[in-house]
Amino acid sequence: MTKIKYLPLAAAIAMVPTLGAAQDAEFATLEQTTFIFNTLLFLIGGFLVFWMAAGFAMLEAGLVRSKNVTTQLTKNMGLFGIAAIMYWLIGYNIMYPGDGNWIIEGVFGTISPKDIKTDIDAGGYSNASDFFFQLMFCATTASIVSGTMAERVKLWPFLIFVVVLTGIIYPIEASWQWGGGFLSAMGFSDFAGSTLVHAAGGFAALAGAIILGPRLGKYSKEGRVIPLPGSNLALATLGTFILWMGWFGFNGASQLAMGTLEDVDAVAQIFANTNMAAAAGAIAALILTQVMYGKVDLTMVLNGALAGLVSITAGPLDPTLFGALWIGAVGGVIVVFAVPFLDKLKIDDVVGAIPVHLIAGFWGTLVVPVYTEGTSFVTQIIGFAAVGIFVFVISLIAWMILKATLGIRASEEAEINGLDTSELGMEAYPEFSNG
Amino acid sequence: MKLIIATIKPFKLEQVREALTEAGIRGLMVTEVKGFGAQSGHTEIYRGAEYVVNFVPKVKLELVVADSMADQIVEVISTSARTGKIGDGKIFVLDVNQTVRVRTGETGEDAI
Repeated sequence: MTKIKYLPLAAAIAMVPTLGAAQDAEFATLEQTTFIFNTLLFLIGGFLVFWMAAGFAMLEAGLVRSKNVTTQLTKNMGLFGIAAIMYWLIGYNIMYPGDGNWIIEGVFGTISPKDIKTDIDAGGYSNASDFFFQLMFCATTASIVSGTMAERVKLWPFLIFVVVLTGIIYPIEASWQWGGGFLSAMGFSDFAGSTLVHAAGGFAALAGAIILGPRLGKYSKEGRVIPLPGSNLALATLGTFILWMGWFGFNGASQLAMGTLEDVDAVAQIFANTNMAAAAGAIAALILTQVMYGKVDLTMVLNGALAGLVSITAGPLDPTLFGALWIGAVGGVIVVFAVPFLDKLKIDDVVGAIPVHLIAGFWGTLVVPVYTEGTSFVTQIIGFAAVGIFVFVISLIAWMILKATLGIRASEEAEINGLDTSELGMEAYPEFSNG
Repeated sequence: MKLIIATIKPFKLEQVREALTEAGIRGLMVTEVKGFGAQSGHTEIYRGAEYVVNFVPKVKLELVVADSMADQIVEVISTSARTGKIGDGKIFVLDVNQTVRVRTGETGEDAI
């Protein structure tokens, strides 16, 4: 295997004299092939992660009540569009300033719109493909927040928060690691974003949920938890499977290269591990809810699969399949305990986003040193804490400002009648009420 | 003329409809309702929180028949809807003051 590893390099060196004549050659050079495959990985990974937006939309639409479905879907469409625009406008260049361009070295990048009309740098990848791919991660972070705050947050204040999250909060904290900032210098390891995307989204959601308050009627005066079941578990399940599929791009394409035998094998291993973690998370929740409640809870199984995926996201390459199994299974277990625990704290998280993304995100981040050399539990915790504190505090401030100025909560009457009629004047299932 | 209101178990609807048609009725209204009588609800659990479902889905039939047919129709519904278990339903018989056929303007028993 070692000899084969050096083959592309040797071939590339041997071809240096002929590179000048590359334009006349019929076939791409090895460097050009590497560029093409790297770019292809970003493009495929990019649209797979894009597809996760559909997954979130269906999952959330299915777990809210009918009277709130249209609003929830509108939030999902809106947040994705805002993420795409903000990431172009300032997000990408805050996150990837490039060496020597930091405004505050290792902490805050540059402020400018992203330009994709750049020269082709053979052996690398298309700049446009990297922008496209990374944009999807930014959008994913935002969609985590919309699930938690469903059924009582107002549409426009939420979208304004998304502007801040996608344009400023996410790009800054992600730059600390993926942009070459101080976390990566420290040895923090987060392959595809258990902390940078999932825990970050979870912290923003937690801040929002605390400022927003629980839904009316969710917690009785005596301290009982009153279920408000979702309207369509078929959609919720579809959404989960869509997210599961998209995650292959989320983790797989984070290898960031596919032009060598090693790289493409790594992508394949990541796909296999990612899938195993999801499966293990789902089964863990399946068994645990049966044992704890005497009946399986489908919504917990769905959450379990997603928690498994989040858990493997910080280190999807290095574990064995068995490693991916127990890492994902613990994620599933976490969710089954965390959901009722949040209810005990009277933090109303409609879809379980905080257990799935924040808590499982911490677990995924923490467990990396078990299989990845050169990392340590201490560094992982520091990295998680740095991102967590930053995102939580800034989000808390943003939500408090929005609450004090625009107000973030729909009126009591609007919440009872359903946000669809008050925020949008449009129902998701009009035939069932008006006939 | 008599208005017959009956609540039955939803899965019995097809059997009752067939029996009524054979008995010669010419009109029937059906509504999906929830309710409880002797049959109480059950407990469910959602994301770790228990809740009691108090109402049971039922189907309500409403039909207007001539006085002479009322007893026979009540018997037909009773027999075809019965399972012998709790929750089979109830039948109520009310007097009807007037009946009108919208298309022709006929009134009384001719309009049934």
